Amino acid sequence: MKKINYLFLFTILLILVLTKLLIKNEYYLSIVIFGLFNAINASCFNILLGYTGIISLGQGAFYGIGAYCAVITAASYGISPSIAILMASFFSGILAFVVGYPTLRLHGHYLAMATLGFGMIIYVFMNEMAFLTGGPSGFLDINKFTLLGMSIYGESEFYIFVASMFFVFVVMFELFDKSFLAYKLKFIKESEFASKSFGINIFRTKLLTFSLVAAITAFNGGVYAYYAGFISPVSFNFHYSIQLLTMAIVGGVGSVSGGIVGAAILTALPEFMTAIEDYEMVLYGLFLAVTIIFLPEGLSGLFKKIVGKNASN
Amino acid sequence: MKKLLLIGMLLIFATGSSFAEYRLGALFSTTGPASFLGMPEKQTLEMLVEKTNKNGGINGEKIELFMYDTRGVDAEARKKFIRLVKRDNVNAVIGPTRSGSTLAIKDLAEKFQVPLLSCASSDKIINPLNKYVFKVAPSDKHAVRKIYFYLKTKGMENIAILTAQNGFGDSGRDALLSEAEKMGLNIVADEKFRDNDRDMTSQLTKISERNPDAVICWGVGPAPAIVAKNFKQLQIEAELIMSHGVASKKFIELAGDAAEGIILPAGRLLVAEKLPDSSKFKSMLVDYKNEYESTFGESVSTFGGHAYDAFMIIKKALLTAGKDKEKLIKSMEEITDYIGTYGIFNFSKKDHNGLDKDAFILIEIRNGDWELLES
Repeated sequence: MKKINYLFLFTILLILVLTKLLIKNEYYLSIVIFGLFNAINASCFNILLGYTGIISLGQGAFYGIGAYCAVITAASYGISPSIAILMASFFSGILAFVVGYPTLRLHGHYLAMATLGFGMIIYVFMNEMAFLTGGPSGFLDINKFTLLGMSIYGESEFYIFVASMFFVFVVMFELFDKSFLAYKLKFIKESEFASKSFGINIFRTKLLTFSLVAAITAFNGGVYAYYAGFISPVSFNFHYSIQLLTMAIVGGVGSVSGGIVGAAILTALPEFMTAIEDYEMVLYGLFLAVTIIFLPEGLSGLFKKIVGKNASN
Repeated sequence: MKKLLLIGMLLIFATGSSFAEYRLGALFSTTGPASFLGMPEKQTLEMLVEKTNKNGGINGEKIELFMYDTRGVDAEARKKFIRLVKRDNVNAVIGPTRSGSTLAIKDLAEKFQVPLLSCASSDKIINPLNKYVFKVAPSDKHAVRKIYFYLKTKGMENIAILTAQNGFGDSGRDALLSEAEKMGLNIVADEKFRDNDRDMTSQLTKISERNPDAVICWGVGPAPAIVAKNFKQLQIEAELIMSHGVASKKFIELAGDAAEGIILPAGRLLVAEKLPDSSKFKSMLVDYKNEYESTFGESVSTFGGHAYDAFMIIKKALLTAGKDKEKLIKSMEEITDYIGTYGIFNFSKKDHNGLDKDAFILIEIRNGDWELLES
C-alpha cells in the first residue's frame, strides 16, 4: 500500500496560508473562496467517477439541498447555522441513500440518466415550493453565520473558515486515497464481476460511498449559502453538475489532486479572460478541447509525468 | 523567456490606470437566456459613455467604463460585483439586468457602500429599502394594473396566467395574483413554464380547457415567442396578452405571424414617433431611438432605455455631488421631474424607484410593428 503523501498535504497548507498572507484584495479572495467550494465539490465528484465509476449528474442538486436545508431550518426554527448545516448534511446523506437504493443498481448511461432526472426533480422542487424556498426569486432571509459564538462575515473571515474546512477535507481525502477502501472501490470500477467473486458487496459499498459523498457536498452547500447570503435555484441546476464533471475531467479523474487542480484552473481562467470578452468563450472551449484530447489523465496527470521524469533523471 | 515575463509584468502595471476620472461599473447579462435584455443595455451604455467623453466628460473629467457579463447567473453577478468594487474601484454600478442577480448583490452593495442602479423590475429590490440600491425599471404591479384596467373596460373577467419560472416571471405572478384579487378578476388557470422549454402546448391545452377570456403570459427571452406560436396553433379563442418582457423587435421576429394582435404594456420608447407632439417624452425618445439605431443598425428596445435612464441619473448626480458616495446617494434621492424613457422619475429618501403606473402604455402588435393602443 502506498504511503501518505505528506509533501502534497504540506504544499496545499502552504498555498492556503500564503494566500491569506499575500492576498488582501477582497475580490481575489472571493475568487479563491469560490475555487475552494468548487474544489471540494469536484473532488467529491471525482470520488464517485474516478474511484467508484458512478456517473452522478445530480451533484448540483445535493449541493442545493444542503444550501436550502441549512438556511431554511436556521431561518424558520431559530437553529444555530452550524448545527443547521450539519442537519442539512445528514438529511442529504439520507436522501442520497433513498435515491441510491434503486438507482445504483443501474450502470453507465442508465445511471447517468437516473441521476440527471433526480437533479431536475430537485430543481423543479426548488422552483415550485415557493412557500419554503422562495421560488425562482430566491431565498433572501439568510442569518449571519456564527460558529461557537463567533460571527463570521465578509471575505477575509470566510476565507479562514472555508480554507480550514478545505484542508480538513483534503487530509480526509488523502487518507481515503491511501486506504483499503480506495482500492476496494477501484477494484469495483475495474471489474464488478471479479470484485464480486472476491466476496465484495458491490451494491452496499457503492451506496455508502454515494451517501457519504452527498453528505459532504451538502455540507459544502450549506456553508456556501451562508457565504453568498442569497441563493436561488439557478446556482444548483444541471449546468453546475456539468461544470463539476468538466473540472474533474480537466484536472484528472481518479486522483486526489485532480478535482482540486481542475477546480482551481476552471474557476480562475474565466476571471483572467474577461478582459478579452469577445474571445472568452472560444478560448475556454479550445482549452477544454485540448486538455481532453491530448491529456487523457488531465492536468494533474501531466504534472505527475513532468515530476516523475525529473525524478528519474 | 525572461523578456516575455518582463513584458508581461509591464503590461500588468500599465493597465492599472489612474484614479482621476469617474469610474463607472456595469453588470449586464449579455449572454444566456436574458441576453436580449442585456445586449441593448450594454450597447446603450457604451454609446452614452463615448458620447459624454467626446463632449468633455462630467465636470471636465472623463468616464471610464468597466463592464462585465453576468451570464444571468447569481454567483457570477456576485463575483463580478466584488471585482468592480474591489479591483476596479468604481464609484457606482449600473445593473444587473435580472432581478435574481440584483437580489444576490443587494446586501453587498450596502456592505461595500456602493450605489447600485438596477435595471431589473422585481419589487423586492427596493422593498425593503436599502440605502445604496436604486431601481430604474418600473415595477411589475404598474404593468399589471395597466393590463387589468384594460381588461375591465373590455368586460373580461376570467383570466388565465402563464408565467416563467425565473425571477421576472415569479414576481410578475405575485403581482398578477394579488392585483386580481384587489380588482375583482378571476384567475381560472395558473400555469408555469421554464426559460428553456421548447414547447408550451401542454400548459396551453390545460388553459384552454378553462375557457378564459384572456391569457396573460409573463416571461422574457425566446419562451414567450413559443407561447405565442403554440397559442395560434391551438386556435385558442381568447385575447393573448404579454408582459413588457417581450417589448423588443426580437420577439416579433421570433414569433412571426403569431405575434399579430398581441397586446402588451411597454415603455413609450417603442412608439416614440407615434406619440402626439404634445407629449413631453417625444423629442427625447426620438433622439435616443435615432442615435441608437444609426449606431448599431438594429431596432431600439425598451431595455436599452433602462441603461439610458440609469446613466442619465448617475450623470446628473455626479454633476452635482462628485465622487463622494454619501453625497452621490443624497443627490440621487433629490432628483425629481427627470423625464426618462420610462416615465417621470421622482426619487426620494423613501422611494428609490421614482416611477408610477403611468410608466406604461398599452401597445398592440400590428403588421409586425408596435401600434399605440391608447395614450
